[in-house]
Amino acid sequence: METPLFTYTLRLADNALILGHRLSEWVGHAPVPEEDLALANMGLDLIGQARALYTYAGEVEGRGRDEDALAYLREVGGYRNVLLVEQPNGDFAHTIVRQLLFAAFAHPFFEALARAQDATLAAVAAKAVKELAYHLRHSAEWTIRLGDGTPESHRRTQTALDDLWAFTGELFETDQVERALIDRGIAVDPAALRTRFERRLDEVLAEATLARPAGGFTQSGGRAGRHSEHLGYILSELQYLQRAYPGAKW
Amino acid sequence: MYTQALNVKDTALPAADPQREARFQARIDAEEKIEPNDWMPDGYRQTLVRQIAQHAHSEIVGMHPEGNWITRAPSLKRKVALLAKVQDEGGHGLYLYSAAETLGVSREELVEQLLDGRQKYSSIFNYPTMTWADVGVIGWLVDGAAIMNQIPLCRCSFGPYARAMIRICKEESFHQRQGYEIMVALCRDGTPAQKAMAQDALNRWWWPVLMMFGPSDQDSQHTDKSMRWKIKRFTNDELRRKFVDATVPQGRYLGLTFPDPDLKFDETTGHWAFGAIDWSEFRRVVSGDGPCNRQRLRQRKRAHERGAWVRAAVLAHAAKRRAREQAAAGVAAE
Ligand SMILES: [Fe+2]
Ligand SMILES: [Fe+2]
Repeated sequence: METPLFTYTLRLADNALILGHRLSEWVGHAPVPEEDLALANMGLDLIGQARALYTYAGEVEGRGRDEDALAYLREVGGYRNVLLVEQPNGDFAHTIVRQLLFAAFAHPFFEALARAQDATLAAVAAKAVKELAYHLRHSAEWTIRLGDGTPESHRRTQTALDDLWAFTGELFETDQVERALIDRGIAVDPAALRTRFERRLDEVLAEATLARPAGGFTQSGGRAGRHSEHLGYILSELQYLQRAYPGAKW
Repeated sequence: MYTQALNVKDTALPAADPQREARFQARIDAEEKIEPNDWMPDGYRQTLVRQIAQHAHSEIVGMHPEGNWITRAPSLKRKVALLAKVQDEGGHGLYLYSAAETLGVSREELVEQLLDGRQKYSSIFNYPTMTWADVGVIGWLVDGAAIMNQIPLCRCSFGPYARAMIRICKEESFHQRQGYEIMVALCRDGTPAQKAMAQDALNRWWWPVLMMFGPSDQDSQHTDKSMRWKIKRFTNDELRRKFVDATVPQGRYLGLTFPDPDLKFDETTGHWAFGAIDWSEFRRVVSGDGPCNRQRLRQRKRAHERGAWVRAAVLAHAAKRRAREQAAAGVAAE
Protein backbone atom coordinates (compact mmCIF):
# COMPACT_ATOMS: atom_id res chain seq x y z
CA MET A 1 0.00 0.00 0.00
CA GLU A 2 1.45 3.36 -1.06
CA THR A 3 1.52 6.13 1.52
CA PRO A 4 0.31 9.55 0.40
CA LEU A 5 3.78 11.03 0.92
CA PHE A 6 5.32 8.38 -1.32
CA THR A 7 2.78 8.97 -4.09
CA TYR A 8 3.10 12.73 -3.80
CA THR A 9 6.89 12.64 -4.00
CA LEU A 10 6.76 10.24 -6.91
CA ARG A 11 4.44 12.53 -8.84
CA LEU A 12 6.84 15.44 -8.45
CA ALA A 13 9.79 13.24 -9.40
CA ASP A 14 8.06 11.84 -12.48
CA ASN A 15 7.12 15.33 -13.70
CA ALA A 16 10.74 16.39 -13.43
CA LEU A 17 12.22 13.29 -15.05
CA ILE A 18 9.85 13.12 -18.00
CA LEU A 19 10.12 16.81 -18.82
CA GLY A 20 13.89 16.65 -18.37
CA HIS A 21 14.01 13.65 -20.70
CA ARG A 22 11.98 15.49 -23.30
CA LEU A 23 14.34 18.48 -23.18
CA SER A 24 17.35 16.18 -23.46
CA GLU A 25 15.94 14.91 -26.77
CA TRP A 26 16.72 18.32 -28.26
CA VAL A 27 20.43 18.29 -27.66
CA GLY A 28 22.23 18.53 -30.99
CA HIS A 29 19.03 19.44 -32.84
CA ALA A 30 18.22 22.91 -31.51
CA PRO A 31 17.61 25.89 -33.85
CA VAL A 32 20.76 27.66 -32.61
CA PRO A 33 23.67 26.13 -30.68
CA GLU A 34 22.98 28.44 -27.74
CA GLU A 35 19.64 26.66 -27.36
CA ASP A 36 21.31 23.24 -27.38
CA LEU A 37 23.06 24.50 -24.27
CA ALA A 38 20.03 26.16 -22.69
CA LEU A 39 17.70 23.20 -23.23
CA ALA A 40 20.36 20.85 -21.85
CA ASN A 41 20.70 23.14 -18.84
CA MET A 42 17.02 22.99 -18.06
CA GLY A 43 17.04 19.23 -18.64
CA LEU A 44 19.91 18.86 -16.19
CA ASP A 45 18.06 20.92 -13.57
CA LEU A 46 14.96 18.79 -13.91
CA ILE A 47 16.70 15.42 -13.88
CA GLY A 48 18.68 16.61 -10.87
CA GLN A 49 15.41 17.41 -9.09
CA ALA A 50 14.05 14.01 -10.09
CA ARG A 51 17.04 12.21 -8.61
CA ALA A 52 16.66 13.92 -5.23
CA LEU A 53 12.93 13.24 -5.22
CA TYR A 54 13.24 9.57 -6.24
CA THR A 55 15.84 8.99 -3.55
CA TYR A 56 13.49 10.49 -0.99
CA ALA A 57 10.52 8.53 -2.31
CA GLY A 58 12.55 5.34 -1.93
CA GLU A 59 13.36 6.22 1.68
CA VAL A 60 9.75 7.06 2.43
CA GLU A 61 8.66 3.77 0.93
CA GLY A 62 11.29 1.82 2.87
CA ARG A 63 11.47 -1.12 0.50
CA GLY A 64 15.01 -0.52 -0.67
CA ARG A 65 14.19 1.03 -4.06
CA ASP A 66 16.74 3.62 -5.15
CA GLU A 67 16.44 6.37 -7.80
CA ASP A 68 17.16 3.96 -10.64
CA ALA A 69 14.75 1.27 -9.46
CA LEU A 70 12.02 3.89 -9.44
CA ALA A 71 12.96 5.50 -12.76
CA TYR A 72 13.88 2.42 -14.76
CA LEU A 73 11.72 -0.39 -13.44
CA ARG A 74 8.19 0.95 -13.37
CA GLU A 75 5.66 0.42 -16.14
CA VAL A 76 3.72 3.17 -17.88
CA GLY A 77 0.79 2.78 -15.49
CA GLY A 78 3.08 3.23 -12.51
CA TYR A 79 4.24 6.65 -13.70
CA ARG A 80 2.44 9.59 -12.04
CA ASN A 81 3.49 12.62 -14.07
CA VAL A 82 1.00 15.10 -15.49
CA LEU A 83 0.19 14.66 -19.18
CA LEU A 84 1.68 18.03 -20.10
CA VAL A 85 5.28 16.94 -19.58
CA GLU A 86 5.04 13.83 -21.75
CA GLN A 87 3.71 15.73 -24.77
CA PRO A 88 6.12 15.49 -27.72
CA ASN A 89 8.67 18.22 -28.35
CA GLY A 90 6.99 19.17 -31.63
CA ASP A 91 8.59 22.24 -33.15
CA PHE A 92 10.61 24.69 -31.06
CA ALA A 93 7.45 26.68 -30.31
CA HIS A 94 5.76 23.62 -28.75
CA THR A 95 8.78 22.96 -26.56
CA ILE A 96 8.99 26.57 -25.43
CA VAL A 97 5.28 26.86 -24.70
CA ARG A 98 5.27 23.55 -22.82
CA GLN A 99 8.18 24.86 -20.73
CA LEU A 100 6.42 28.17 -20.12
CA LEU A 101 3.21 26.49 -18.98
CA PHE A 102 5.07 24.11 -16.69
CA ALA A 103 7.40 26.74 -15.24
CA ALA A 104 4.63 29.29 -14.70
CA PHE A 105 3.02 26.67 -12.50
CA ALA A 106 6.10 25.04 -10.96
CA HIS A 107 7.87 28.24 -9.95
CA PRO A 108 5.19 29.42 -7.49
CA PHE A 109 4.56 25.79 -6.59
CA PHE A 110 8.14 25.24 -5.41
CA GLU A 111 8.14 28.59 -3.65
CA ALA A 112 5.22 27.35 -1.57
CA LEU A 113 6.67 23.85 -1.12
CA ALA A 114 9.92 25.37 0.16
CA ARG A 115 7.91 26.74 3.10
CA ALA A 116 6.00 23.49 3.73
CA GLN A 117 6.35 21.11 6.68
CA ASP A 118 8.40 18.29 5.15
CA ALA A 119 12.06 19.23 5.54
CA THR A 120 13.35 17.12 2.64
CA LEU A 121 10.72 18.28 0.17
CA ALA A 122 11.26 21.84 1.33
CA ALA A 123 15.01 21.55 0.71
CA VAL A 124 14.51 20.13 -2.79
CA ALA A 125 11.98 22.87 -3.49
CA ALA A 126 14.29 25.63 -2.26
CA LYS A 127 16.85 24.61 -4.88
CA ALA A 128 14.26 23.99 -7.57
CA VAL A 129 12.67 27.39 -7.16
CA LYS A 130 15.86 29.10 -8.36
CA GLU A 131 16.09 26.75 -11.32
CA LEU A 132 12.45 27.21 -12.26
CA ALA A 133 12.85 30.98 -12.08
CA TYR A 134 15.36 30.65 -14.90
CA HIS A 135 13.15 28.23 -16.87
CA LEU A 136 10.28 30.67 -16.56
CA ARG A 137 12.37 33.65 -17.62
CA HIS A 138 13.94 31.80 -20.53
CA SER A 139 10.68 30.36 -21.88
CA ALA A 140 8.87 33.67 -21.38
CA GLU A 141 11.53 35.55 -23.35
CA TRP A 142 11.33 33.04 -26.17
CA THR A 143 7.54 33.06 -26.19
CA ILE A 144 7.64 36.84 -26.60
CA ARG A 145 10.27 36.67 -29.35
CA LEU A 146 8.37 33.99 -31.25
CA GLY A 147 4.89 35.37 -30.67
CA ASP A 148 5.91 38.89 -31.66
CA GLY A 149 8.36 37.82 -34.38
CA THR A 150 7.33 36.88 -37.91
CA PRO A 151 3.83 35.83 -39.04
CA GLU A 152 5.09 32.24 -39.22
CA SER A 153 6.58 32.22 -35.73
CA HIS A 154 3.41 33.83 -34.39
CA ARG A 155 1.22 31.19 -36.03
CA ARG A 156 3.40 28.34 -34.76
CA THR A 157 3.44 29.66 -31.21
CA GLN A 158 -0.31 30.26 -31.11
CA THR A 159 -0.83 26.72 -32.42
CA ALA A 160 1.42 25.34 -29.68
CA LEU A 161 -0.54 27.23 -27.06
CA ASP A 162 -3.84 25.97 -28.45
CA ASP A 163 -2.53 22.39 -28.57
CA LEU A 164 -1.14 22.38 -25.05
CA TRP A 165 -3.71 24.44 -23.21
CA ALA A 166 -5.96 21.48 -22.44
CA PHE A 167 -3.18 19.96 -20.31
CA THR A 168 -2.85 22.92 -17.92
CA GLY A 169 -5.96 22.08 -15.88
CA GLU A 170 -4.38 18.91 -14.53
CA LEU A 171 -1.63 20.97 -12.88
CA PHE A 172 -4.21 22.39 -10.47
CA GLU A 173 -6.13 19.22 -9.63
CA THR A 174 -6.03 17.63 -6.21
CA ASP A 175 -7.18 14.19 -5.11
CA GLN A 176 -7.51 12.43 -1.75
CA VAL A 177 -3.80 11.64 -1.65
CA GLU A 178 -3.00 15.32 -1.68
CA ARG A 179 -5.89 16.55 0.44
CA ALA A 180 -4.58 14.65 3.47
CA LEU A 181 -1.08 16.09 2.96
CA ILE A 182 -2.36 19.62 2.33
CA ASP A 183 -4.29 19.49 5.60
CA ARG A 184 -1.07 18.57 7.41
CA GLY A 185 0.87 21.39 5.75
CA ILE A 186 3.12 18.98 3.84
CA ALA A 187 1.73 19.41 0.33
CA VAL A 188 0.93 22.60 -1.53
CA ASP A 189 -2.64 23.36 -2.49
CA PRO A 190 -2.26 24.05 -6.22
CA ALA A 191 -5.65 25.73 -6.50
CA ALA A 192 -4.19 28.60 -4.50
CA LEU A 193 -1.57 29.14 -7.20
CA ARG A 194 -3.94 29.48 -10.10
CA THR A 195 -4.33 33.25 -10.01
CA ARG A 196 -0.59 33.79 -9.98
CA PHE A 197 -0.17 31.32 -12.84
CA GLU A 198 -2.76 33.08 -14.95
CA ARG A 199 -1.51 36.55 -14.16
CA ARG A 200 2.08 35.70 -15.08
CA LEU A 201 0.95 33.92 -18.22
CA ASP A 202 -1.29 36.78 -19.30
CA GLU A 203 1.59 39.23 -18.96
CA VAL A 204 3.77 37.10 -21.21
CA LEU A 205 1.04 36.38 -23.74
CA ALA A 206 0.11 40.05 -23.98
CA GLU A 207 3.68 41.00 -24.79
CA ALA A 208 3.88 38.08 -27.20
CA THR A 209 0.64 39.21 -28.92
CA LEU A 210 -0.79 35.72 -28.31
CA ALA A 211 -4.30 34.86 -27.21
CA ARG A 212 -4.95 32.66 -24.17
CA PRO A 213 -7.27 29.87 -25.32
CA ALA A 214 -10.73 29.94 -23.79
CA GLY A 215 -11.44 27.35 -21.07
CA GLY A 216 -12.29 24.11 -22.80
CA PHE A 217 -12.08 20.55 -21.60
CA THR A 218 -9.17 19.55 -19.36
CA GLN A 219 -7.18 16.45 -20.25
CA SER A 220 -6.03 14.67 -17.13
CA GLY A 221 -5.25 11.28 -15.64
CA GLY A 222 -1.47 11.15 -15.67
CA ARG A 223 -1.19 11.59 -11.92
CA ALA A 224 -3.32 8.48 -11.48
CA GLY A 225 -1.31 6.50 -14.03
CA ARG A 226 -3.56 7.00 -17.08
CA HIS A 227 -1.25 8.29 -19.80
CA SER A 228 -1.12 9.26 -23.44
CA GLU A 229 0.45 6.98 -26.03
CA HIS A 230 3.66 9.00 -25.83
CA LEU A 231 4.88 7.85 -22.43
CA GLY A 232 5.36 4.24 -23.51
CA TYR A 233 7.87 5.32 -26.15
CA ILE A 234 9.71 7.54 -23.69
CA LEU A 235 10.03 4.65 -21.25
CA SER A 236 11.07 2.11 -23.85
CA GLU A 237 14.07 4.31 -24.67
CA LEU A 238 14.76 5.42 -21.14
CA GLN A 239 14.56 1.92 -19.67
CA TYR A 240 16.03 -0.07 -22.53
CA LEU A 241 19.38 -1.07 -20.99
CA GLN A 242 17.98 -1.79 -17.54
CA ARG A 243 15.34 -4.03 -19.09
CA ALA A 244 17.72 -5.76 -21.52
CA TYR A 245 20.35 -6.53 -18.87
CA PRO A 246 18.39 -7.20 -15.66
CA GLY A 247 20.40 -6.58 -12.52
CA ALA A 248 23.47 -5.20 -14.32
CA LYS A 249 25.27 -2.21 -12.79
CA TRP A 250 26.44 0.57 -15.09
CA MET B 1 42.67 14.95 -34.96
CA TYR B 2 40.11 17.69 -34.46
CA THR B 3 42.82 19.61 -36.33
CA GLN B 4 43.21 17.34 -39.34
CA ALA B 5 42.80 20.55 -41.39
CA LEU B 6 46.49 21.06 -40.84
CA ASN B 7 47.01 18.39 -43.45
CA VAL B 8 45.27 20.22 -46.29
CA LYS B 9 47.05 22.39 -48.89
CA ASP B 10 46.86 26.19 -48.69
CA THR B 11 45.31 28.24 -51.46
CA ALA B 12 47.49 30.84 -53.19
CA LEU B 13 48.81 33.54 -50.89
CA PRO B 14 49.55 37.19 -51.71
CA ALA B 15 53.10 38.48 -52.10
CA ALA B 16 55.22 38.14 -48.99
CA ASP B 17 56.57 41.00 -46.89
CA PRO B 18 59.92 39.59 -45.76
CA GLN B 19 60.75 42.28 -43.20
CA ARG B 20 57.47 42.12 -41.37
CA GLU B 21 57.52 38.35 -41.56
CA ALA B 22 60.97 38.29 -39.99
CA ARG B 23 59.78 40.51 -37.14
CA PHE B 24 56.73 38.32 -36.73
CA GLN B 25 58.82 35.17 -36.64
CA ALA B 26 61.13 36.76 -34.06
CA ARG B 27 58.16 37.40 -31.78
CA ILE B 28 57.06 33.78 -32.15
CA ASP B 29 60.56 32.53 -31.48
CA ALA B 30 60.58 34.63 -28.31
CA GLU B 31 57.34 32.81 -27.27
CA GLU B 32 55.31 36.04 -27.44
CA LYS B 33 51.59 35.60 -27.96
CA ILE B 34 50.13 36.96 -31.19
CA GLU B 35 46.87 38.85 -30.60
CA PRO B 36 44.06 39.47 -33.13
CA ASN B 37 45.05 43.08 -33.88
CA ASP B 38 48.73 42.30 -34.42
CA TRP B 39 50.12 42.04 -37.93
CA MET B 40 50.35 38.43 -39.10
CA PRO B 41 51.16 36.73 -42.41
CA ASP B 42 48.11 35.72 -44.42
CA GLY B 43 49.23 32.10 -44.32
CA TYR B 44 49.28 32.19 -40.51
CA ARG B 45 45.80 33.66 -40.45
CA GLN B 46 44.49 31.14 -42.99
CA THR B 47 45.98 28.20 -41.17
CA LEU B 48 44.48 29.30 -37.88
CA VAL B 49 41.04 30.03 -39.28
CA ARG B 50 40.99 26.62 -40.89
CA GLN B 51 42.23 24.84 -37.79
CA ILE B 52 40.05 26.66 -35.25
CA ALA B 53 36.97 26.35 -37.48
CA GLN B 54 37.54 22.66 -37.95
CA HIS B 55 38.02 22.27 -34.23
CA ALA B 56 34.76 24.15 -33.57
CA HIS B 57 32.88 22.09 -36.17
CA SER B 58 34.23 18.91 -34.58
CA GLU B 59 32.85 19.91 -31.20
CA ILE B 60 29.44 20.62 -32.70
CA VAL B 61 29.23 17.53 -34.94
CA GLY B 62 30.71 15.52 -32.08
CA MET B 63 27.49 16.14 -30.13
CA HIS B 64 25.68 13.67 -32.40
CA PRO B 65 27.36 10.31 -31.81
CA GLU B 66 27.17 10.65 -28.04
CA GLY B 67 23.91 12.57 -28.06
CA ASN B 68 22.57 9.41 -29.65
CA TRP B 69 22.70 7.75 -26.19
CA ILE B 70 21.38 10.51 -23.92
CA THR B 71 17.82 9.21 -23.95
CA ARG B 72 19.01 5.62 -23.40
CA ALA B 73 21.67 6.13 -20.72
CA PRO B 74 21.43 3.23 -18.28
CA SER B 75 21.14 5.14 -14.98
CA LEU B 76 20.16 8.64 -13.92
CA LYS B 77 23.72 9.35 -12.85
CA ARG B 78 25.05 8.37 -16.29
CA LYS B 79 22.28 10.28 -18.01
CA VAL B 80 23.13 13.50 -16.19
CA ALA B 81 26.85 13.03 -16.81
CA LEU B 82 26.38 12.37 -20.53
CA LEU B 83 23.95 15.24 -20.99
CA ALA B 84 26.40 17.57 -19.25
CA LYS B 85 29.26 16.23 -21.36
CA VAL B 86 27.48 16.79 -24.66
CA GLN B 87 26.51 20.23 -23.42
CA ASP B 88 30.18 20.95 -22.69
CA GLU B 89 31.09 19.98 -26.26
CA GLY B 90 28.50 22.44 -27.59
CA GLY B 91 30.01 25.09 -25.33
CA HIS B 92 33.48 24.30 -26.70
CA GLY B 93 32.13 24.76 -30.20
CA LEU B 94 30.71 28.21 -29.40
CA TYR B 95 33.84 29.26 -27.59
CA LEU B 96 36.01 28.24 -30.53
CA TYR B 97 33.77 29.98 -33.06
CA SER B 98 34.34 33.15 -31.03
CA ALA B 99 38.10 32.56 -31.14
CA ALA B 100 37.90 32.18 -34.93
CA GLU B 101 35.83 35.36 -35.18
CA THR B 102 38.75 37.33 -33.75
CA LEU B 103 40.50 36.55 -37.05
CA GLY B 104 37.83 38.29 -39.09
CA VAL B 105 35.42 35.52 -40.12
CA SER B 106 31.87 35.22 -38.83
CA ARG B 107 30.35 32.13 -37.26
CA GLU B 108 27.65 32.19 -39.94
CA GLU B 109 30.27 31.96 -42.70
CA LEU B 110 32.00 29.10 -40.95
CA VAL B 111 28.79 27.17 -40.36
CA GLU B 112 27.88 27.65 -43.99
CA GLN B 113 31.24 26.22 -45.01
CA LEU B 114 30.67 23.22 -42.77
CA LEU B 115 27.23 22.58 -44.20
CA ASP B 116 28.30 22.85 -47.84
CA GLY B 117 31.32 20.63 -47.24
CA ARG B 118 34.07 23.20 -47.79
CA GLN B 119 35.30 22.80 -44.22
CA LYS B 120 35.78 19.51 -42.41
CA TYR B 121 35.28 18.18 -38.93
CA SER B 122 37.16 15.37 -37.26
CA SER B 123 36.59 12.11 -39.11
CA ILE B 124 36.23 10.19 -35.87
CA PHE B 125 32.64 11.42 -35.65
CA ASN B 126 31.81 9.62 -38.87
CA TYR B 127 31.69 6.33 -36.98
CA PRO B 128 28.45 5.14 -35.37
CA THR B 129 27.78 4.65 -31.64
CA MET B 130 26.21 1.23 -31.67
CA THR B 131 26.09 0.37 -27.96
CA TRP B 132 26.41 2.06 -24.58
CA ALA B 133 30.05 0.94 -24.39
CA ASP B 134 30.76 3.26 -27.32
CA VAL B 135 29.98 6.17 -25.00
CA GLY B 136 32.63 4.89 -22.59
CA VAL B 137 35.16 4.33 -25.36
CA ILE B 138 34.59 7.79 -26.83
CA GLY B 139 35.22 9.45 -23.47
CA TRP B 140 38.24 7.30 -22.74
CA LEU B 141 39.88 7.29 -26.18
CA VAL B 142 38.44 10.10 -28.30
CA ASP B 143 38.55 12.69 -25.51
CA GLY B 144 41.86 11.13 -24.49
CA ALA B 145 43.33 11.60 -27.96
CA ALA B 146 41.90 15.12 -28.12
CA ILE B 147 43.66 16.02 -24.88
CA MET B 148 46.95 14.63 -26.16
CA ASN B 149 46.66 16.96 -29.13
CA GLN B 150 45.27 19.95 -27.28
CA ILE B 151 47.56 20.19 -24.27
CA PRO B 152 50.37 21.50 -26.52
CA LEU B 153 47.85 23.87 -28.14
CA CYS B 154 47.51 25.61 -24.78
CA ARG B 155 50.93 27.07 -25.69
CA CYS B 156 49.90 27.89 -29.27
CA SER B 157 51.32 31.22 -30.49
CA PHE B 158 47.88 32.69 -31.18
CA GLY B 159 46.58 34.10 -27.88
CA PRO B 160 42.81 33.57 -28.22
CA TYR B 161 43.24 29.96 -29.35
CA ALA B 162 45.73 29.18 -26.59
CA ARG B 163 43.42 30.63 -23.95
CA ALA B 164 40.42 28.75 -25.32
CA MET B 165 42.43 25.53 -25.19
CA ILE B 166 43.37 25.99 -21.54
CA ARG B 167 39.74 26.16 -20.56
CA ILE B 168 38.65 23.38 -22.90
CA CYS B 169 41.42 20.98 -21.84
CA LYS B 170 40.21 21.05 -18.25
CA GLU B 171 36.79 19.86 -19.34
CA GLU B 172 38.18 17.31 -21.80
CA SER B 173 40.23 15.64 -19.10
CA PHE B 174 37.11 15.43 -16.96
CA HIS B 175 35.33 13.77 -19.91
CA GLN B 176 38.20 11.36 -20.33
CA ARG B 177 38.05 10.27 -16.69
CA GLN B 178 34.30 9.94 -16.90
CA GLY B 179 34.60 7.75 -20.01
CA TYR B 180 37.20 5.57 -18.37
CA GLU B 181 34.98 5.20 -15.35
CA ILE B 182 32.21 3.86 -17.62
CA MET B 183 34.75 1.35 -18.94
CA VAL B 184 35.73 0.30 -15.41
CA ALA B 185 32.07 -0.30 -14.57
CA LEU B 186 31.64 -2.45 -17.67
CA CYS B 187 34.93 -4.34 -17.56
CA ARG B 188 35.95 -4.74 -13.93
CA ASP B 189 32.62 -4.59 -12.15
CA GLY B 190 30.33 -5.70 -14.99
CA THR B 191 28.80 -8.96 -16.19
CA PRO B 192 30.39 -11.00 -19.00
CA ALA B 193 27.87 -9.47 -21.41
CA GLN B 194 28.92 -5.95 -20.37
CA LYS B 195 32.57 -6.81 -20.75
CA ALA B 196 31.92 -8.23 -24.22
CA MET B 197 30.13 -5.00 -25.11
CA ALA B 198 33.22 -3.05 -24.03
CA GLN B 199 35.60 -5.28 -25.97
CA ASP B 200 33.48 -4.95 -29.11
CA ALA B 201 33.52 -1.16 -28.79
CA LEU B 202 37.29 -1.11 -28.40
CA ASN B 203 37.64 -3.34 -31.45
CA ARG B 204 35.64 -0.91 -33.57
CA TRP B 205 37.15 2.35 -32.28
CA TRP B 206 40.84 1.61 -31.74
CA TRP B 207 42.12 2.10 -35.28
CA PRO B 208 39.94 5.11 -36.10
CA VAL B 209 41.18 6.73 -32.87
CA LEU B 210 44.81 6.22 -33.90
CA MET B 211 43.94 7.85 -37.22
CA MET B 212 42.73 10.95 -35.35
CA PHE B 213 46.33 12.12 -35.09
CA GLY B 214 46.48 12.48 -38.85
CA PRO B 215 48.78 11.08 -41.55
CA SER B 216 52.22 9.94 -40.54
CA ASP B 217 54.89 12.63 -40.59
CA GLN B 218 56.35 11.85 -43.99
CA ASP B 219 52.89 12.39 -45.57
CA SER B 220 51.76 15.45 -43.64
CA GLN B 221 51.81 18.65 -45.69
CA HIS B 222 51.67 21.33 -43.05
CA THR B 223 53.73 20.17 -40.17
CA ASP B 224 56.88 22.19 -40.95
CA LYS B 225 55.26 25.60 -41.23
CA SER B 226 52.87 25.03 -38.34
CA MET B 227 55.76 23.98 -36.15
CA ARG B 228 57.74 27.09 -37.11
CA TRP B 229 54.73 29.25 -36.26
CA LYS B 230 54.27 27.36 -33.02
CA ILE B 231 50.71 26.46 -33.86
CA LYS B 232 51.80 22.87 -33.64
CA ARG B 233 54.45 21.71 -31.19
CA PHE B 234 54.67 18.00 -31.85
CA THR B 235 54.33 15.98 -35.03
CA ASN B 236 51.43 13.63 -35.69
CA ASP B 237 53.56 10.57 -35.10
CA GLU B 238 54.99 11.91 -31.85
CA LEU B 239 51.52 12.59 -30.48
CA ARG B 240 50.24 9.22 -31.65
CA ARG B 241 53.10 7.44 -29.93
CA LYS B 242 52.51 9.34 -26.69
CA PHE B 243 48.86 8.41 -26.85
CA VAL B 244 49.51 4.71 -27.39
CA ASP B 245 52.03 4.67 -24.54
CA ALA B 246 49.53 6.26 -22.18
CA THR B 247 46.55 4.19 -23.28
CA VAL B 248 47.77 0.61 -23.56
CA PRO B 249 48.34 0.17 -19.81
CA GLN B 250 44.85 1.57 -19.16
CA GLY B 251 43.31 -0.95 -21.53
CA ARG B 252 45.24 -3.78 -19.92
CA TYR B 253 44.03 -2.73 -16.48
CA LEU B 254 40.51 -3.11 -17.88
CA GLY B 255 41.39 -6.61 -19.08
CA LEU B 256 40.69 -5.68 -22.70
CA THR B 257 42.62 -6.83 -25.75
CA PHE B 258 43.67 -4.27 -28.35
CA PRO B 259 42.76 -5.37 -31.89
CA ASP B 260 46.38 -5.25 -33.03
CA PRO B 261 48.45 -8.47 -33.08
CA ASP B 262 51.63 -6.42 -33.54
CA LEU B 263 51.18 -4.37 -30.38
CA LYS B 264 54.08 -5.08 -28.02
CA PHE B 265 56.32 -3.25 -25.61
CA ASP B 266 59.73 -2.50 -27.07
CA GLU B 267 62.32 -2.69 -24.28
CA THR B 268 64.97 -0.87 -26.30
CA THR B 269 62.89 2.24 -27.10
CA GLY B 270 60.70 2.13 -23.99
CA HIS B 271 57.61 2.59 -26.15
CA TRP B 272 54.74 0.42 -27.29
CA ALA B 273 55.21 -0.61 -30.90
CA PHE B 274 52.01 -0.94 -32.91
CA GLY B 275 50.96 -2.35 -36.28
CA ALA B 276 50.51 -0.56 -39.59
CA ILE B 277 47.56 1.83 -39.85
CA ASP B 278 45.24 1.31 -42.82
CA TRP B 279 45.55 4.78 -44.35
CA SER B 280 43.20 3.88 -47.18
CA GLU B 281 40.36 3.75 -44.64
CA PHE B 282 41.42 7.14 -43.29
CA ARG B 283 41.43 8.69 -46.76
CA ARG B 284 38.09 7.11 -47.57
CA VAL B 285 36.43 8.52 -44.43
CA VAL B 286 38.03 11.97 -44.81
CA SER B 287 36.85 12.16 -48.40
CA GLY B 288 33.24 11.49 -47.43
CA ASP B 289 32.66 7.74 -47.52
CA GLY B 290 32.79 6.86 -43.83
CA PRO B 291 29.84 5.04 -42.26
CA CYS B 292 28.13 8.23 -41.03
CA ASN B 293 29.47 11.16 -43.10
CA ARG B 294 26.20 11.75 -44.88
CA GLN B 295 24.13 11.16 -41.76
CA ARG B 296 26.11 13.64 -39.64
CA LEU B 297 25.99 16.39 -42.22
CA ARG B 298 22.28 15.75 -42.74
CA GLN B 299 21.73 16.05 -38.96
CA ARG B 300 23.50 19.40 -38.93
CA LYS B 301 21.66 20.64 -42.01
CA ARG B 302 18.30 19.55 -40.66
CA ALA B 303 18.86 21.34 -37.34
CA HIS B 304 19.95 24.42 -39.26
CA GLU B 305 17.01 24.36 -41.67
CA ARG B 306 14.47 23.64 -38.96
CA GLY B 307 15.86 26.57 -37.02
CA ALA B 308 15.48 29.00 -39.91
CA TRP B 309 12.04 30.27 -38.86
CA VAL B 310 13.27 30.69 -35.27
CA ARG B 311 16.27 32.74 -36.33
CA ALA B 312 14.05 34.83 -38.59
CA ALA B 313 11.73 35.46 -35.64
CA VAL B 314 14.62 36.60 -33.47
CA LEU B 315 15.68 39.15 -36.08
CA ALA B 316 12.14 40.34 -36.71
CA HIS B 317 11.44 40.74 -33.02
CA ALA B 318 14.67 42.65 -32.42
CA ALA B 319 13.83 44.98 -35.31
CA LYS B 320 10.34 45.63 -33.92
CA ARG B 321 11.82 46.35 -30.52
CA ARG B 322 14.32 48.81 -31.92
CA ALA B 323 11.63 50.56 -33.91
CA ARG B 324 9.41 50.87 -30.83
CA GLU B 325 12.31 52.20 -28.74
CA GLN B 326 13.19 54.74 -31.40
CA ALA B 327 9.57 55.84 -31.69
CA ALA B 328 9.39 56.22 -27.92
CA ALA B 329 12.66 58.20 -27.86
CA GLY B 330 11.35 60.39 -30.69
CA VAL B 331 8.19 61.17 -28.77
CA ALA B 332 10.17 61.93 -25.63
CA ALA B 333 12.45 64.32 -27.55
CA GLU B 334 9.55 66.38 -28.89
FE1 LIG C 1 35.19 19.25 -26.52
FE1 LIG D 1 35.07 16.25 -24.62
